Amino acid sequence: MAEEKLTLIVTRQDSPESPEYEETFKVSYRKNMNIISALMETQKNPVNAKGESVAPIQWESNCLEEVCGACSMVINGEPRQACSTLVDKLEQPIRVAPMATFPVVRDLVVDRSRMFDSLKKVKAWVPIDGTHDIGPGPRMPEKKRQWAYELSKCMTCGVCLEACPNVNSSTDFIGPAALSQVRLFNSHPTGEMNKSERLEALMDDGGISGCGNSQNCVQVCPKGIPLTTSIAALNRDTNIQSFKNFFGSDHAY
Amino acid sequence: MENREFFYRRLHSLLGVVPIGIFLIQHLVVNHFAVYGPESFNRAAQFMHDLPFRLMLEILIIFLPIIFHAVLGVYIVFVAKNNVSRYGFFRNWLFYLQRITGIITLVFIVWHVWETRVQIGMGTEELNYGLMENILANPVMFWFYVIGVVSTTFHFANGLWSFLVSWGVTVTPRSQKIATYATLLVFLAVTYIGIRALFAFV
Ligand code: HEM
Ligand code: SF4
Ligand code: FES
Repeated sequence: MAEEKLTLIVTRQDSPESPEYEETFKVSYRKNMNIISALMETQKNPVNAKGESVAPIQWESNCLEEVCGACSMVINGEPRQACSTLVDKLEQPIRVAPMATFPVVRDLVVDRSRMFDSLKKVKAWVPIDGTHDIGPGPRMPEKKRQWAYELSKCMTCGVCLEACPNVNSSTDFIGPAALSQVRLFNSHPTGEMNKSERLEALMDDGGISGCGNSQNCVQVCPKGIPLTTSIAALNRDTNIQSFKNFFGSDHAY
Repeated sequence: MENREFFYRRLHSLLGVVPIGIFLIQHLVVNHFAVYGPESFNRAAQFMHDLPFRLMLEILIIFLPIIFHAVLGVYIVFVAKNNVSRYGFFRNWLFYLQRITGIITLVFIVWHVWETRVQIGMGTEELNYGLMENILANPVMFWFYVIGVVSTTFHFANGLWSFLVSWGVTVTPRSQKIATYATLLVFLAVTYIGIRALFAFV
């Protein structure tokens, strides 16, 4: 019996500056294959559908269980994680392309630095380091912890930025992911102590005011993070912060 | 200027409702007097015309806010990269329509102000029922006005929805859903008032 073959059409690019092109591959099918295993098949013997020997396809992946975000790519037009995308659930031929929001490094490898820079800009952490032990922080109600856990699932995958009409090369909008992280760290009992710094970062150019409420982000986030709820809540918080900054306040920490 | 974007965007959002949205409702309600006959319309229009400090009110409540909202609005329209063909979600469509109706509304307002307020100001036309009757007697113009009014009322009502988000009034998905229905009612009501007035002139 003839071996079953998958058709994989990959959008490739040899270097950050070179033009992109499409290349078709035939991949031997195995049951329960995901996109990563299909790509791995092409690496074993990098020959395209025309029978030409080509450079092996490059991509990124780490966890293989949809928690690191590294393998995000556009699969049949939809940005998602290659590791958790099963071939059996896709229409053929399968098209894979790098996300358009980020600069391509090579083939399917993109540079998500802007997202990590955004996290630095909004101080998406709880500062506790200092010269002396500051002791244990306040406790967090269990219900709140469970709620915050959902926000903490963000893996900086970039899917929400890819789907956002306001994240593109004409704007410097920071995007939904970093906004929601501000909500997470501002809700933390210790993180809360630096609340205004994070809010002020969101009031800079390219901050929260870049959101135009298309609400695509919340529809596409693979982790089901309530991004638009976070954004609306932060709209409220930044507005209040801006009034405090303008009029002065005894509670402007 | 550095870091003025937040302020300008919040101002843009506020101006869309206060005063522009308020003015829109007032304007359509005054026009609606045409339904009760030419004298009724003329009386209502004359009342607005005779308000004290009229020019000042027009500049501060109408012209400057609309110019600011429109200029920043056009900029906002052109930096978005609409993607409804890939992400055909309800809210994404409304996001797209908000931008399309913004542009239609701009064209409509410029035309409408030119052939009414500017002509009246230059003394070439008089403010009365007959002015609108003449304009709307032309079927092309009539439909241009219908599209212009619906576009404006849609833009206002959907804008009210996003105003509530921008100001952090509706935060949860449920409150935003209720606001969707509420602003739909606003759209239907304001459109009814506006369109009914147009039909009163033909
Ligand atoms: C009668 C005239 C108008 C009214 C009553 C009106 C009202 C509004 C309102 C209430 C909003 C919501 C603000 C928010 O998102 O918080 C809005 C948004 C918007 N308006 Fe207008 N507007 C008018 C004319 C225009 C014009 C002429 C343009 C220019 C093309 C325009 C472009 C926009 C855009 C692009 C938005 C979306 C802003 C965003 O999502 O951040 N509008 N408008
Ligand atoms: S919020 Fe969701 S879609 Fe956006 S980066 Fe985080 S996990 Fe990915
Ligand atoms: S490899 Fe980590 S999310 Fe896919």
